[in-house]
Amino acid sequence: MNARDVLHVSGLRKSYDNNEVVAGIDFHVPQGTCFGLLGPNGAGKTTTLRCCLGLTAPDAGTIRLGDCSVPEEAGKARLRAGVVPQFDNLDPDFTVSENLMVYARYFGIKGSTIRQRIPELLEFAGLKGKEDANIQTLSGGMKRRLTLARALVNDPTIVFLDEPTTGLDPQARHLIWERLKQLTARGITLILTTHFMDEAERLCDRLAILDHGRLITEGAPRELIAGHIEPQVIEVFGDSAGNWARARNSLGERLEIAGDTAFFYCHDPAPLLAELANVPSLRYLHRPATLEDVFIKLTGRELRD
Amino acid sequence: MHMPPRFFALPHAGCQWLSVWRRNFLVWRKLALSSVLGNLADPLIYMLGLGYGLGGLLPEVGGGSYVSFLAAGTVVASTMNSATFETLYSGFSRMHVQKTWDAILNTPLTLDHILVGELIWAASKSLLSGVAILLVIAALGMNTSTLALWSVPVIFLTGLTFSALGLIICALAPSFDFFMYYFTLFITPMTLVSGVFFPADQLPPALHAIASWLPLTHAVQLTRPLLNGMIPQHAIAHLAALVVTGGVAFYIATLLTRRRLLK
Repeated sequence: MNARDVLHVSGLRKSYDNNEVVAGIDFHVPQGTCFGLLGPNGAGKTTTLRCCLGLTAPDAGTIRLGDCSVPEEAGKARLRAGVVPQFDNLDPDFTVSENLMVYARYFGIKGSTIRQRIPELLEFAGLKGKEDANIQTLSGGMKRRLTLARALVNDPTIVFLDEPTTGLDPQARHLIWERLKQLTARGITLILTTHFMDEAERLCDRLAILDHGRLITEGAPRELIAGHIEPQVIEVFGDSAGNWARARNSLGERLEIAGDTAFFYCHDPAPLLAELANVPSLRYLHRPATLEDVFIKLTGRELRD
Repeated sequence: MHMPPRFFALPHAGCQWLSVWRRNFLVWRKLALSSVLGNLADPLIYMLGLGYGLGGLLPEVGGGSYVSFLAAGTVVASTMNSATFETLYSGFSRMHVQKTWDAILNTPLTLDHILVGELIWAASKSLLSGVAILLVIAALGMNTSTLALWSVPVIFLTGLTFSALGLIICALAPSFDFFMYYFTLFITPMTLVSGVFFPADQLPPALHAIASWLPLTHAVQLTRPLLNGMIPQHAIAHLAALVVTGGVAFYIATLLTRRRLLK
């Protein structure tokens, strides 16, 4: 284990009823960086996070969180970890500041200590003036931000975020992103799961794509795009796009057809663009390749439910 | 299903359960008045209504007036009901609906801390219910013996036992509707055969024999003599029965909840 690693996972395995949900994964996360775990539904992301927190006992493998072995010393490890769960579980029986007070007590933090920190935490979460608001009166974005503030009551060295922006409007997402960047700038390590590739590309220093319980690739977002996929994408739409594209297969290195959209992946888009200029009935979009293209290439287009 | 090695470990909780207890106390404090009134009004209406109304038609029951016979039963039954409601409806709401337990599990606390906190919290609330009725009984001049004070720890123990049983049902419940089975199949029949409303020896012998094994019977057998200023017969055996039932039930509840939440 590298001295700067805050989380180190190796050989992690977990099965439910002979179904291997996590099938031997290894990764490590240096301090102050953001590590993303991406994958379709059922890929094993949440199980991996639960194992890291000591809430699920793995069948095999070792996990070190901070200076602690998990699950053996999980309680001690969680003392310096924060968690933003996938579904809000704020305490509806309490106000905003009571939520932070009560949660801090679970960490053994004194009332007087947390009372002093509440203004700063609420300021960070953009919830100043909401101290005495009831949880039911908060918007979805406010609840998420309060959950983030709650994850910081114990001054954690690492924060686990399970799909932190799912269901939020763009304004709320951007605010969360900006706050998460502030956290890594302070040296706090983030572990993030998400379905949003733009979110992963923006926030993660490194990320891993997980499918069927295995890490299929790992690296910095730019590296993954450069290493796995052609740099240019042209999407062609229209009723006849499929047949038109199949006939011009050779104009891109790779062609994928999904419904009435054809995706050309290529290094040199010029010949295809010239061809498209002659067919005004087809609409098209020319863009650089993104992480989403990598994700689709590696995990396929079929639905996962 | 494969279980990790520590799955069967006995629950252990240090003193960190206290912050779970305190969380529930803080919520209760916000609604304390209506909660106490609710706990008190219903059983008192039954006790006084049946006690004086029905009691007027009856000769002595168990060596005293019917209302004083019923008083002891009411203390025990309302302790049981309070512990049961708290662990079933409120406990399930915290565990399953509000996901309060999930939030706590992300802190240094463990599921054992949560369960011990919930157990002692529900028993504390039931203690309050039992003692509130005890105070009304005393105010009505129905018991004046200092021996009645010994019923306070018995009420708490009764609360612990029924809280532990309630936590088993909470761990098994798919939804709130499930609790109806527990009430109609266990709590209500038990209330009728355990000597709460009438002496259990009025029952057919077979039913009486079964009833004598039920936890509510033990609680009634301890509480009624104490309220009448007498030392209960077989006190040790009744206490042991409540302790063992509660202990075993709590261990089972711990295993079932671990299976449910720590998959």
